[in-house]
Amino acid sequence: MKRTLSLMAAFALFVGLVLSAAAADVRSDLVQRGEYLTRAADCVSCHTAPDGKQFAGARAFKLPFGTLYSPNITPDANTGIGQWSDDDFVRAMHEGIGKDGQRLYPAFPYPSYTLLSRDDVLAIKAYLFSLEPVANAPPHNHLTFPFNMRWLMVLWDWLYNPGQRFEVDASRSHEWNRGAYLVEGLGHCGECHTPRNLLYGLDPHKRFAGAVMAGWHAYNITPDRTTGIGGWSEVDLARYLSTGDSPHGAAAGPMAEAVDNSLRYLSRDDVGAMVTYLRTIPPQTSNVPAAHLEGAGNAPISASRLPPADELNRLHASAGVRIFAAACTGCHGWDGRGLAGTRDLNDPEATNLVQVVLKGFHLSAARGRLNMPGFGAGYADRELADLVNYVTGRFGAKAATLQADDLAKRRSEGD
Amino acid sequence: MARLQINGATHEVDVPDDMPLLWVLRDVIGLTGTKFGCGIAQCGACTAHVDGKAVRTCVTRLGTVADRVVMTIEGIGATPHGRALQNAWLMIQVPQCGYCQPGQIMSAAALLSEIESPSDAQIDAAMAGNICRCCTYVRIRKAIKLAVSSQATAKRT
Amino acid sequence: MNARVSRRHILRTGAAGATLVLGFGLYQMRPASAEASSAGLALFAPNAFIRIDSEDRISLVIDKCEVGQGVYTSLSMLLAEELDVGLDQVAIEPAPPDEQLYADPILHLQATGNSTSVRSSWMELRRAGAAARQMLIAAAAAEWRVDPSRCRTERASVLDNGTQRRLGYGSLAATAAQQPVPQNPRLKQPEQFKLIGKSPLRVDLPGKVDGTAQYGIDVRLPGMLFATVASSPTFGGKLDSLDDSPTRSIKGVHHVVTIRAQEFDVGGYKLHLDDAVAVVAENTWAAQQGLAALEPAWDRGPNQHLGMDDIVHALEAASERGGLVARHEGDVDKALSTAATRLEARNYMPFLAHAAMEPLSCVADVRGDNCEIWTATQVQARAQEIAAQLAGLPPEKVTVHNLFSGGAFGRRLELDGVALAVAISKQVGAPVKLVFTREQDIRHDLYRPFYHDRLRAGLDANGKLLAWHHRIVGSSIFARWAPQAMRSDGLDPDAVDGAIQMPYAFPNLLVEYVREEPPAIPTAFWRGVGDTHNAWVIESFVDEIAAVAKQDPIQFRRGLLSHAPRALAVINLAAEKSRWDKILPPRSGRGIALAYVFDTYLATVVEVTLSDAGLVTLQRVVCAVDCGSIVHPDTAIAQIEGGTLFGLSAALWNEVTLRNGRVEQSNFNDYRTIRIDETPEVEVHLVPSRETPGGLGETGTVAAAPALTNAIFAASGYRVRQLPIIKSIEGLKRRA
Repeated sequence: MKRTLSLMAAFALFVGLVLSAAAADVRSDLVQRGEYLTRAADCVSCHTAPDGKQFAGARAFKLPFGTLYSPNITPDANTGIGQWSDDDFVRAMHEGIGKDGQRLYPAFPYPSYTLLSRDDVLAIKAYLFSLEPVANAPPHNHLTFPFNMRWLMVLWDWLYNPGQRFEVDASRSHEWNRGAYLVEGLGHCGECHTPRNLLYGLDPHKRFAGAVMAGWHAYNITPDRTTGIGGWSEVDLARYLSTGDSPHGAAAGPMAEAVDNSLRYLSRDDVGAMVTYLRTIPPQTSNVPAAHLEGAGNAPISASRLPPADELNRLHASAGVRIFAAACTGCHGWDGRGLAGTRDLNDPEATNLVQVVLKGFHLSAARGRLNMPGFGAGYADRELADLVNYVTGRFGAKAATLQADDLAKRRSEGD
Repeated sequence: MARLQINGATHEVDVPDDMPLLWVLRDVIGLTGTKFGCGIAQCGACTAHVDGKAVRTCVTRLGTVADRVVMTIEGIGATPHGRALQNAWLMIQVPQCGYCQPGQIMSAAALLSEIESPSDAQIDAAMAGNICRCCTYVRIRKAIKLAVSSQATAKRT
Repeated sequence: MNARVSRRHILRTGAAGATLVLGFGLYQMRPASAEASSAGLALFAPNAFIRIDSEDRISLVIDKCEVGQGVYTSLSMLLAEELDVGLDQVAIEPAPPDEQLYADPILHLQATGNSTSVRSSWMELRRAGAAARQMLIAAAAAEWRVDPSRCRTERASVLDNGTQRRLGYGSLAATAAQQPVPQNPRLKQPEQFKLIGKSPLRVDLPGKVDGTAQYGIDVRLPGMLFATVASSPTFGGKLDSLDDSPTRSIKGVHHVVTIRAQEFDVGGYKLHLDDAVAVVAENTWAAQQGLAALEPAWDRGPNQHLGMDDIVHALEAASERGGLVARHEGDVDKALSTAATRLEARNYMPFLAHAAMEPLSCVADVRGDNCEIWTATQVQARAQEIAAQLAGLPPEKVTVHNLFSGGAFGRRLELDGVALAVAISKQVGAPVKLVFTREQDIRHDLYRPFYHDRLRAGLDANGKLLAWHHRIVGSSIFARWAPQAMRSDGLDPDAVDGAIQMPYAFPNLLVEYVREEPPAIPTAFWRGVGDTHNAWVIESFVDEIAAVAKQDPIQFRRGLLSHAPRALAVINLAAEKSRWDKILPPRSGRGIALAYVFDTYLATVVEVTLSDAGLVTLQRVVCAVDCGSIVHPDTAIAQIEGGTLFGLSAALWNEVTLRNGRVEQSNFNDYRTIRIDETPEVEVHLVPSRETPGGLGETGTVAAAPALTNAIFAASGYRVRQLPIIKSIEGLKRRA
């Protein structure tokens, strides 16, 4: 027997009320629920440009076939969605069709949002319409032929947009269903964690097996023990989702954004539900070994405690070890605290490690703040390649063999 | 309330556990010899010892050092390595503005307590985390070597 | 204000003037200790620099800021030498603000900069010491009723050569103060020096190795709060609104303070502060946490799209204009038209931050009708004046305590830190220590200007230089910092410094300056001031000309220096010590640069190796220096060592860039600085000399970049025309 989604919506409403009880007198229930759902759907990450006003759009997305700019979704009448009707908004979220009837590009994750109930979609709209309108017209998209032919998206949608609402699986617990709705729908986790095919469609045979996009590797989040998250405890998973931090490593790049902008606002029950659901998706294997944990303890990190003399003398010829000594040991020590055994270090391509080294990361969600400065501006490609090759060899599964040109290429990827 | 052992004295401080040791030392306890330079463990001006190992106090949270032995530049002169290094620093006239030198001396003292007679590569590896904007590095190298040889001489006699 | 009343003037006004000086000494100087004044001890204060009380306490007042260059020692040595006291017998006291009494004779301001400290004090402080000694001898001779010629001095005592009687300076303080100030005190001959030319332990070092030295950032006062600040992220942006509720909920946060944009004018010196927000708390950590939690909304203002392309294009466009003529000899155009070979070059030098180790800091206490500040400043009197303006008090109500500075490099010639601290303390009504985060320190510095230079030269068929044309395009620092120093037609003498005093003999020469200000970005002095910029451009182009003329770089320079023996001598010494003629392996090279700056001659040879990937390894640095008479040789060597490495570090890696109106760099991760493992051996060779002293604090930095880029050319054939060098890495790769 299938139940409608109203149960889910009711739950979300309850959570929203609890979270913002203090403000209950000033805003309607619908807007509060919409705010919670908007955060769970992480609309702000994509619809806000660096330094830009929230939801005013114009964030650039460099895709293999060109550059897209996110639209303004504040209620500004001319440049935003101020003139959109409920049906217009629902059609965009479910079918990927804009107010003017134009097909939207699937950088906008409507193949996931299509699972959302109409009520939830309209709650999101109510929240967005409660915001201050911002006049901001994003630049035009620059797409190469044939991707600039929006009508082709009809075909794409037929192939890749399931176009149906979430259906509750009665054989599973409420919690599981809630998790599925959050992971598959609102959270649209698969948009990054499932590899895409040549037509940019999500590969149905490799769901959540991990994928590289815009210079970052969204890791395998299936329960596979060797390359997925099968070895993580539920506590660690929940902590990671709500703080970005875990003994297996910290979130960086787009995942750090997802935590900062979205996941950390979810209720403990919703996070638990996501963990429950993730535990049940079919395991997939991938090429990055999961983290191997060592007993890290709580001792402060020492910058002294050098490697053995013969090893150091040998390594000293490499720029990598010298940069590690200068720039890294202050936080990671010579024993590589926070690095040793993590997936970033185990990835033979060092995809995320390179991005973190280049740009650093910032997590405001973790206890206090978790920061790493970026080193891209201060160091040459050759030096950073040497550094990454050294640290992966010393603290990861296998030394990377990056060249300066690889670093140059990675610099141009990502945001 | 956290209890700290610093330079042989016990201090009790009532500040959050996540406060970096640097600010506990400088602002709460008043030991200003440990310097603020960058706040992100890039310059080493804030180097002190925890259980004899050099740490960057700007990223070392108070919660991780409770009940451990903390040593700062104000106390290092009471150790043989510290005294030898301070003397060598004066003999060679290392400091210019001097602001980074407490951190330099603390890094060098941790190095000597681990490796009695370090090679050039070991000196570089242990001292590369300490920036000196006056660029006194040539003299820092000389002073470490002088401290090593003066201690070796003292031992022989 | 008559800034030109120099200490030379004061010392030369004779007895009448001495009364005046004594007055200054008594009323304007802080007493050495409260007891000294309250006990009514006799005080001998013959001039602004020496005070001896009847309990044998000798204080030397040092008007320069100790930024690491060793002035507390070298200036004390000048006084102590002629006064005949030991360095161990004196206490050193930082001078109070006084624009007239402590005006630097070269800078006409109370300022530490431009490598003038020893140059401008060499005679003045020795005369001050000698005059005081002569007065002490006269007092002793009067007491003994003997002829002063029978007396001598040593270690703060006057001795009677006949009877070996001895009187300590303290016991003579009262009577010495009655003696007339000698107009032309007799100075020691160099053979008589006990201190000058030796290298005693610097007076500031013991405290700098045991953590007791007090820097501006180390001051602690009862009831003091701790503040940190964030200015508008874009230059010229405005604070729209501020949500400070998350900040106020942080434990230990007391105040969130808004400081609105403001313009200051202190005797012509202009300073603009953008809108800023500050958090004041019980400790720096709480303040920093509070600042991170603040959610200020900024109107990003008129410069929000400003990027480096805009700035560089504007400089390039300006370079098409004719400039103000700084020096013109012969007929450059005509000589170029007859030249067999013509060369042209365009050079680019980036904005630079100072990034002194001690982030900018100031303690201010504005309460009632008093203001007290504790900081490290290179301009004490201006600090007093700007604090007075902000506090709404007359300057004499502002006390300035000048402490050790954790590096300066020109940064502490600016007063933004003082102004912000005073503004914050005034708002919260408590003593406040403001400490910049490193990010604020780098993103809200005042920057060494971005310069664009264009050069032309012509050679005859024999490779002889016929003409030299140098057009300098960039910001004028003096226009903001000391407009009275500008030439009446708008020429900034600093912008052309080093470009018009080259020791080379060029037959036809034209040096021009085009002023082009970057929008909104404040520009300021940086170590080596105008010379650091011009020496790189000039020495690179001279090297380039030598290469075109197929001559050895040193041999070519010798040909232009036959009339300049001191320049020739340092070049020859550097060549000898660097073993210039010894062949190096492939991808290795040596480069030379000559600097004649701050009255010092310096030749620097840098030796490098390039990796296949184009990375530069510094192998060896050899410097030959003729800086005239040397007060403290070991400090002289240290300044050249450190200054050279400082210049090499910046040349290799440093630039400040703008994107969307913001500075992109933030900390030592992206504003890289040389580290011990990247440091080559540095040899400094001093040329013995009795000439008047030259400056040393910035000299090493001036010659560093050109010696390095010339070495890179020797190793690779690639001419670096844009700094930092890391930007040229593609060009430095080994070609297949």
